[in-house]
Amino acid sequence: MTLDAFLFQALNGLSTASGLFFIAAGLSLIFGVTRIVNIAHGSLYMLGTYIAYTLATKIGGAFGFWGGIVLTALFVGVIGAAIEMLLLRRIYRAPELFQLLATFALVLIFNDMTLWLWGPEDLLGPRAPGLAGAVEIFGRRLPSYDLFLIFVAPAVLILLHFALAKSRFGRLVRAATQDREMVGALGVNQAVLFTSVFALGSLLAGLGGALQVAREPANLAMDLAVIGDAFVVVVVGGMGSITGAYLAAIIIAEVKALCIAIGVVDLGFIKFNASKFTLVAEFIVMAIVLIVRPYGLLGKPQGNVRSVAEPEAPIRPAAPLLKAFAAVVLALLLALPVVAQSSPYVMVLATDILIAVIFATSLHFIMGPGGMHSFGHAAYFGLGAYGAALLLKSAGFPMLAALLAAPAVALLGALLFGWFAVGLSGVYLAMLTLAFAQIVWAAVFQWETFTGGSNGVIGVWPTAPFNKAWVYYLLALALAVISVLLLRRFLFAPFGYAMRAGRDSALRAEAIGIDVKRIHWLGFAIAGGICGIAGGLFAFAKGSISPEAIAVGRSIDGLVMVLLGGIQTLVGPMVGASVFAMLQDTIMRQTEYWRGLLGCVILFLVLAFPQGIAGAFSMLWSRFDGKRGGRA
Amino acid sequence: MSVLTVNSLGKSFGGVRAVENVSFEIGKGEFLALIGPNGAGKSTTFNMINGQLAADTGEILIGGKSIAGMAPRDIWRLGVGRTFQVAATFGSMTVVENVQMALISHASRLLNLWRPAASLYRERALELLAQVGMQDAADRPSRELAYGDVKRIELAIALANDPQLLLMDEPTAGMAPRERNDLIKLVKQLVIERGISVLFTEHSMDVVFSYADRIIVLARGRLIADGDAAAIRDNAKVREVYFGTGKTFQGASS
Amino acid sequence: MSAPMLSVDGLQAWYGAAQILHDVSFNVGRGEVVALMGRNGAGKTTTMKALMGLVARRGALRFNGADISGLRPFEIARQGLGFTPEDRRIFSELTVMENLDIGRQPPRRFPGGQPAPVWTPQRLFELFPNLGEMPNRPGGRMSGGEQQMLTVARTLMGNPLMVLLDEPSEGVAPLIVEQMASTIIELKKEGLSILLSEQNIHFARLVSDRVYVLEKGEIHWQGSMAELSGNLDIQRAYLTV
Repeated sequence: MTLDAFLFQALNGLSTASGLFFIAAGLSLIFGVTRIVNIAHGSLYMLGTYIAYTLATKIGGAFGFWGGIVLTALFVGVIGAAIEMLLLRRIYRAPELFQLLATFALVLIFNDMTLWLWGPEDLLGPRAPGLAGAVEIFGRRLPSYDLFLIFVAPAVLILLHFALAKSRFGRLVRAATQDREMVGALGVNQAVLFTSVFALGSLLAGLGGALQVAREPANLAMDLAVIGDAFVVVVVGGMGSITGAYLAAIIIAEVKALCIAIGVVDLGFIKFNASKFTLVAEFIVMAIVLIVRPYGLLGKPQGNVRSVAEPEAPIRPAAPLLKAFAAVVLALLLALPVVAQSSPYVMVLATDILIAVIFATSLHFIMGPGGMHSFGHAAYFGLGAYGAALLLKSAGFPMLAALLAAPAVALLGALLFGWFAVGLSGVYLAMLTLAFAQIVWAAVFQWETFTGGSNGVIGVWPTAPFNKAWVYYLLALALAVISVLLLRRFLFAPFGYAMRAGRDSALRAEAIGIDVKRIHWLGFAIAGGICGIAGGLFAFAKGSISPEAIAVGRSIDGLVMVLLGGIQTLVGPMVGASVFAMLQDTIMRQTEYWRGLLGCVILFLVLAFPQGIAGAFSMLWSRFDGKRGGRA
Repeated sequence: MSVLTVNSLGKSFGGVRAVENVSFEIGKGEFLALIGPNGAGKSTTFNMINGQLAADTGEILIGGKSIAGMAPRDIWRLGVGRTFQVAATFGSMTVVENVQMALISHASRLLNLWRPAASLYRERALELLAQVGMQDAADRPSRELAYGDVKRIELAIALANDPQLLLMDEPTAGMAPRERNDLIKLVKQLVIERGISVLFTEHSMDVVFSYADRIIVLARGRLIADGDAAAIRDNAKVREVYFGTGKTFQGASS
Repeated sequence: MSAPMLSVDGLQAWYGAAQILHDVSFNVGRGEVVALMGRNGAGKTTTMKALMGLVARRGALRFNGADISGLRPFEIARQGLGFTPEDRRIFSELTVMENLDIGRQPPRRFPGGQPAPVWTPQRLFELFPNLGEMPNRPGGRMSGGEQQMLTVARTLMGNPLMVLLDEPSEGVAPLIVEQMASTIIELKKEGLSILLSEQNIHFARLVSDRVYVLEKGEIHWQGSMAELSGNLDIQRAYLTV
C-alpha cells in the first residue's frame, strides 16, 4: 500500500461524497421546515438516475447528457412538489409515525413503478460528453467526471449557504425551521413555503441521482441503499445543518474509501479484508460521533418529541371474559393440526402467522409502552435468523440449540444498537434504528464468505420430529405463547411500569430516581431478544435465510401490523399481525407488484385514519356511547 | 448543619451571566421562598440545585454532600423531592400507581420483571394519598384529574422517598385561589409535622408573604436580599427591582 | 359607533380534548384599546390564539367586515390582524433585522379608505431605540425586555389594523413595562385597535378604554375601565387573590 494509492482512494471518496451530500442536504432541509423525515428521498435519488439515463440515451449527445441532468433535477423537484401537495399536506398534523409510514409507502410504490417502467436490469448511462477521459493523478487514472463531481458538491453547498443567508426565502426557511406556526401567524403562507422547500429538497436528491448516471448503473436497490447512507450522514452531520451534511458526507465517504484502500490486513494472527467492511466502518464512525456529540457534528439539541399521542388508559389484568376467549383461541390453535390434516398449506400459513405475532408483539413492546418507534426491528429478526442458521451450519449446533441461541444473538445485537438508539427520540430514533437495520442487512450481504452473501444460508431444515409441518407448527405455537405471556408479564411488573413512566414523562421519571435511558435500553434489548425467536423460527420454517428476508421491508411490515391492530392495546399487535400475514399472503399470490399494492394500502390507511386506527375506533365508540346517552 | 448549602454559585449562557455568585443556606424545617422578577435567574438556580443544569462555578451541598456531576435521579436518592411548575404525572397510570411508581423506585425494585406492580406498596401509596386528600381518586386514571388535583398527586409522589428537602417550582401556578391556599397550607403543615425543609419559587406575593419563613430575592442573577417578610418588604433595593417605581406610568397616562 | 373592527360571538375553543373557551363574546371598536382580564388559566391566551386560528375553535368571528372564522392563521394575519404572543416566539437564530423582515407585509388601508400606518425598521427603531442599537444581534442573544420589544415591532412590520397583545407586561423589567404602556398609547393615537390580555390592573388602567373579565372560559363582566377601577368586588372576585 503506497501513499499515492492512499491519496488516490481519498480523491475517489470525495467524488462519492458529492452524491451523499446532495441527498442528505435535501433530507435535512425538508426535515428542518416540515418536520417530516422523507424516507422516499432515496427513491427520488434513484428516479434521478433512471430519468437521467433515459434522457442521456434517448436524446443523446451533450445536450441529452448535461441538459438531461438539469431537466431531471427540475423534474424530480416537480415530483417532490406533487408529493407534498397531494399527500404530505394532508398529514402534517398526524402522529409522526404515520408520516414516516406514508413516506415509506411511497418507497414501495416508486420502486414498483420503476420496475414497471424500466424493468429489472441494471442500466449504465453513457460517459459524460466532454469529460469522458481521465486525468493522471498520483500515478493512477482518475476519470475526469469524478474530478468534476468533487467540485460540484462544494459549489452547490456555497450556493445553498448564500441562498439561506441572504434571500427572503432563506430567512423564511430558517425562521420556519425554528417556529413554523409563528411564521404563519405573521402572514406567511406555510403551504407555499413547505411545497417549495420540499421541491428544493427533492431537486437536490434528483440532481444527486442524475449526476451518478455516468458513474454507477441505475438499479432497483439504490433507493434503500442510499437512504440508509443518507440517514447516517444526516445523523452524523446534525439534523437541519447543510454544512454538517457536507462535512459528514465527506467523512463517511472517506472512511469507506480508506477501508477499500487498506484492502487485506494481515495482523499475523488474523487476516481480514477491510474493503469488505465499509458498512461496519460507517457504523463505527456514527457511533463515535453520537457518543461525543449526540446531536451530530453541527446539530443543535432538539426538543423531546417522543410521544405526541394521548396517553392510553391504565393497563389492567385480563378480564375473565378475555381470559376465557384466549383459552378458546388457544384450544382451537392446538386442534388446528387435526382439523387441517388434509391441507399442509394451512400449517405453513399458520406457522407464518405465529412468527408474525411474535415479531409484532415484540415490536409493540418498545413502540407502545416504551414509546420508541423503531423502524429497524428487522435487524433483530435477521440476527435471530442468521444466528440460528449459522450456528447450525458453521458451528454444528443441533437444531434446537441453534433455535434457542437465536434470541441470545438478537439480544446481543439489540443491546449494542439499543445503547445508541435510546439516546435519541422521535424521528431521530426511527432513523437511527433504520440505519442499524440497514447495516445488519448490508453486513450479511457483503460478508459473503461467512453469510453466503445474496444467496443466504440454505439447507436450514429442522430435524425430526420437527421436520413434520404440524409438529413444527406446535413448536412455533409454544414459543409464541411463551413470548407473548413473557412480554405481558414484564409489562405488568415494575419494569414495564418504569418503561411507561419514562415514556409518559421522562422529566418526572428522572425526578423519582428512574434511569429512563437504562430502562428503555433494557426494554429495547428484551424486545430484540424476543424478536430473535421469530427470526430463528422463520429460518427453520423456510429452510433458508437470505438478506432479502431481513431487509427494511420487514421492519415496515412490523410497523403496519402494530398500527393495524392499534398501538394502545396489548392485544392489538396479535390481531394486527394475524390480519396482515393473511392479507400479505393473499396479495402476494395475485400480483408481481405486491409491494406497490402494499404501499397503496398503507397510504389508504394513513389518509383514512390520520389519527391512527385505534384512535378512529375509539372515536367511533365514543360517538356510539354518546348516542346511547352516555357521555356528553 | 444546614440541609442545603449553596456557595458562590454561577452560570453563564453564551456569555450572558444568568446567575452570579449566589450563596444561601436552608436550615432543617425551614420554608424558604426564592423570588425575583422574570429573568432574575430563579429557574437557573433552581435547575442547578435539582441537577438539571451543571453549575459553572461554586458548589451545592445537600446534607453536606456535593452534588457536582449528579443527575436529577441521583439527587432524588439523596432525599430530595420535587414538584414541577407544569405539573406532570404518568398519564397512562392510575393515581395510586403514580405514587407506587415512586415507592418502587425508592425501594430500588425497578428492574423487577416478574412481580405484578399493581400490588406493590399499594397500602403505603394510599396513605400518602390520604395525606394530600386524594385517597378517593386512587384508582382513577391520572390523566382525567383536574389541574389542582394533579398538583396534589405530585406532592404525594414527592413525599414518597421521605425527603429531607422539597424543591417546589411555582407550586401554585395555574391554580384557583382557594386551591392555592389549601395546597400551600398543606405543604406548610408537612414542613412542621415532618421537619422537611422546602425551597420554593413563587409569583404570587401573598402566598410568599403569608407562608414563607424566610425569603431570598434574586435580580439580574445576583442575590440582593435575604430575610423575613417584613425585612424584604422594607428593603429599598427589592422594591426598586421588583415592584418598579411607577413614575413613568403617570407620565405615560397623562 | 360604526361597525366594530373585531366582533366575536359565542367563541368556543379546545386544546386537544379539553374545552378551554365555552362562550366568549366581545367586540373591539376602531382605535379602541380593550383589555381582556382574568387570572392565569382563565382563557385569555386561548382567546387570542383562537382569533388567530392557532387552536381548534368555533363561533362567529368578524374582523374588518370579513368573516375570519374559517381562515387559516396566515390568511388572518393578511387581513391586518397582528399577534404578539405572550412567550414572544422570537426567531432566535435570526438577527433583529431578519426577524423584522419575516413580519413584513404590504401597506393597507382602513375601511374608510385612509391609509393605515406604515412601519419600516427605521420608524420602529425610533419607537424602540434599544432595537436600533442592535440590528444585527441574533434574537437568542437578547434580554427578555428587548425580545418583548422585538416581538411587537415584528408584528407592526405587517402594517396591521389591529394588534393582539398577549401579556406585554409579563416578566419584563418595570422600565420596559412603562415603555410598553407608552407604545400602546402611541399606537392608539395612530388609529390602531388593540386587544390586550392582562392580569395587572395597574397596567391595564393606564392604557385601556374598556374591559372584559374572563373566568373559566366565559366572560363574567364587562364595562369601562373606569367602572372596573371603582368596583372592588369585581376585582376581588376575578382578578386578585
